[in-house]
Amino acid sequence: MTSPIAPDAPVVAPMQSRRRPGVFGRLLKRPLAVIGLVIIAVTVLGAIFASWLTAYDPNEQLFDGLTLEGAPLPPSAAFWLGTDLLGRDLLTRILYGARTSLIIGVVANGAALLIGTLVGITAGYFRGWIGGTLMRFTDLMMAFPALLLAICLAAVFQPSLWIVAMVIALVNWVQTARVVFTETSSLAEREFIDAERTIGAGTPRILFRHILPHLLPTIIVWGTLGISTTVLLEATLSYLGIGVQPPTASWGNIIFENQTYFQAAPWLFFFPGAAILALALAFNLVGDALRDILDPTQRGRA
Amino acid sequence: MIANGIKSGAATVAPDQANSPVLTVSGLTVSVRGDEGERAVVSNLSFVLARGETLCIAGESGSGKSMTSLAVMGLLPQPQARVSTGSILLGDIDLAALSEKRMQTIRGNRVAMIFQEPMTSLNPVLSIGRQLVEAIEAHTNLGGSAARTHAIEALKAVRIPEAESRLKQFPHELSGGMRQRVMIAMALALKPDVLIADEPTTALDVTVQGEVLELLRDLQREQGTAVILITHDMGVVAEMADRVIVMRNGRMVEQGTITDIFERPQVDYTRELLAAVPKMGAGRAAAPARSPEEPARPAAVAEVRDLHVRFDLHGGFFGRVTHRVHAVEGVNFSIGPNETLSLVGESGCGKSTTAKALAGLLPYSGDIAVGGRNLAGLGRDERKAVRRDIQMIFQDPYASLDPRMRVGDLVAEPLLIHSVGTPKERTDRVAALFERVGLTADQMERYPHEFSGGQRQRICIARALALRPKLIIADESVSALDVSVQARVLKLLKELQSEFGVAYLFISHDMAVVENISDKVAVMYLGQIVEMGTRDQIFAYPRHPYTKRLIEAVPVPDPARRRTRFARLDSEIASPIRRVGDPPARLSLQDVGGGHLVAAH
Repeated sequence: MTSPIAPDAPVVAPMQSRRRPGVFGRLLKRPLAVIGLVIIAVTVLGAIFASWLTAYDPNEQLFDGLTLEGAPLPPSAAFWLGTDLLGRDLLTRILYGARTSLIIGVVANGAALLIGTLVGITAGYFRGWIGGTLMRFTDLMMAFPALLLAICLAAVFQPSLWIVAMVIALVNWVQTARVVFTETSSLAEREFIDAERTIGAGTPRILFRHILPHLLPTIIVWGTLGISTTVLLEATLSYLGIGVQPPTASWGNIIFENQTYFQAAPWLFFFPGAAILALALAFNLVGDALRDILDPTQRGRA
Repeated sequence: MIANGIKSGAATVAPDQANSPVLTVSGLTVSVRGDEGERAVVSNLSFVLARGETLCIAGESGSGKSMTSLAVMGLLPQPQARVSTGSILLGDIDLAALSEKRMQTIRGNRVAMIFQEPMTSLNPVLSIGRQLVEAIEAHTNLGGSAARTHAIEALKAVRIPEAESRLKQFPHELSGGMRQRVMIAMALALKPDVLIADEPTTALDVTVQGEVLELLRDLQREQGTAVILITHDMGVVAEMADRVIVMRNGRMVEQGTITDIFERPQVDYTRELLAAVPKMGAGRAAAPARSPEEPARPAAVAEVRDLHVRFDLHGGFFGRVTHRVHAVEGVNFSIGPNETLSLVGESGCGKSTTAKALAGLLPYSGDIAVGGRNLAGLGRDERKAVRRDIQMIFQDPYASLDPRMRVGDLVAEPLLIHSVGTPKERTDRVAALFERVGLTADQMERYPHEFSGGQRQRICIARALALRPKLIIADESVSALDVSVQARVLKLLKELQSEFGVAYLFISHDMAVVENISDKVAVMYLGQIVEMGTRDQIFAYPRHPYTKRLIEAVPVPDPARRRTRFARLDSEIASPIRRVGDPPARLSLQDVGGGHLVAAH
């Protein structure tokens, strides 16, 4: 611990490498963050190993999956989470659906976050005509109906999961951009940014080393809030025939397909709903913990 | 009845009443709940406040002086802080035991308070008239026009010109001094028994400070209000106090009359506190000025010629430029190696703008040459290289250090940006710098919030020194520090100057500090230099009336030299905002001998 700086490493850069092993360790000290991590791990593993975990095929309409009257089966020993209207095993569909939903919730949402942060930070720091143009464009996007944009895109390309991901990324960055813009413009006025300029710091250094770390809490909050909304937005888009095509499963479209039967077969939307809730909550817990851990000003203040 | 009180004053306080206590604090302990359990921030404090008396509570930051005042007001930050023992008797009511509801009827009515920052303690979206009238209506049964009349009288009492039209103005439309007067008007409108003023003049310019203090004194004399004045400034204490309490770490270390404290301090801490106060005249006596007229004068480190900084104000439908702020208008000066030039003046005079232009933070017109090279003609990379020679230390060290970075990385950052040395060399240099400014190398791993104000300013100094600059701009760099810390930081700056031969451009509103550190002084007013010369020329033989007023306005930390009358300035300071095409007249400076430049007046 006496000489934490490696002799050949630059002086500022090792800050991260010095700290990185500590972040995960400190995450594990927080019970809530551990719960979140476990849920995320279970979801990811479930999605990856879905074919080993269940005996059924997600799209197979099982012979004994329906009652004699043709109604779906409630949870039982054979079908742990019951079956759906077509006699498919719900657990299997949720496991396979996790693939779609993780891509949407994490990848598409992450892309939206990235675009939003970049636009917001640039507009907030530069102001002038660059900032003005970017923010007016953001306002324009905010006013543009997401579904219309999705339908246009789907008309041009083949409907697929990636179209949905793209649409979500293109639609969801605006709120992040707005918030990041506001925060950046107030950060840019802070004295330590002036102090950085007087020592000759260039724009990239100021933006990414000194402003970005201060935006982390905001970005984490928007990121976790975005997960549940994007998973449901995917369902809407799939329902309109733009996104994932049946019979491919996603958490959103399982809920959508079955919403009219919620009195007769409540498990059909209770379980996928609970999965979305648990995933969003898990990211939220981990995000909250990360925000506290990454904020050095909170050290020693409980 | 109350309305009459303002104008004529309750005037005569009955002699037998004069010494009866209005406020008796006994055994007051205020504790704050923290991570490590409860901690006393004020312990076992007792004092008595007589009618018409001014009691100063003096002490450095963290001494518990503000907590004491908040306890009296019943405004302790909830739920962490509470009065754990002791009583605060106002007449025969114990304020410490009072419910919040009953406290509300007393607060503002019988005990009023003035805060340090008049901008933040006034509501920015309500006109001052509305705020005043509301305060009056809340505590009296006056309503509507009666309350308004009363408000106008209250404003007149604090000598605000054109009181009636001011009622419609909003806080941001008033200057700092005017805002503080409005606060005083609000506090005194209801003729409280006790007025608590928490650093009422700290955020104000010296000349305005003098006026506000005098106003407080006059109003107190007229109304017989007892005043608790909380301040860190021993000059203000000497000017105002009847009795003084010196506090440290939540305890009273000494209590006595003003003459006792200043002439016969009993406790070492009081002596140290008094010794640390920069005194006018002391700087000249201690270190005779080096002669700037050395025969072989080395080339100037920085040369500023005809510097202008103007900001455009847009107005009208098409956003055309209608007005300009003439922040800096044709400033000339040069700083030699190893020399300290101070820029002094009141807020808004353009001294900080000059510094910022020099540091490359603002666009300017005119010429700035560093080490003989004019910045105007250089490309981006060359300019960056030349700018290495100018570094800056800001007023608030906490605000000027990125709170999310380790201080070691912050000090190493200028070296990294200008690619100086290998990483190992950089680390070594940072460690050496830390030790040079009085910190230890193992503190490099910490974050700015883990240091005290003085230590943070030392980090900023280390950071400014990292590139071995030729000129360091210190913009009010010691103003936010406690006097004892301030004295040590000033000493460090002087040592570093003789060690590294660095020149300082020292910007300050505090004339005593300026006198202490400068070789040369330039006095700025409305963006122009009105007087410039060596320290002795400026302080011993000031020529320009503005310089004279600035020097006179500094409170002297000696109760025997208390002034009875301040130069009064009831009008607002002229504005640097002018219409396009109407630039201010340029002052021409005349040499009155020995390089002492004075503007025609």
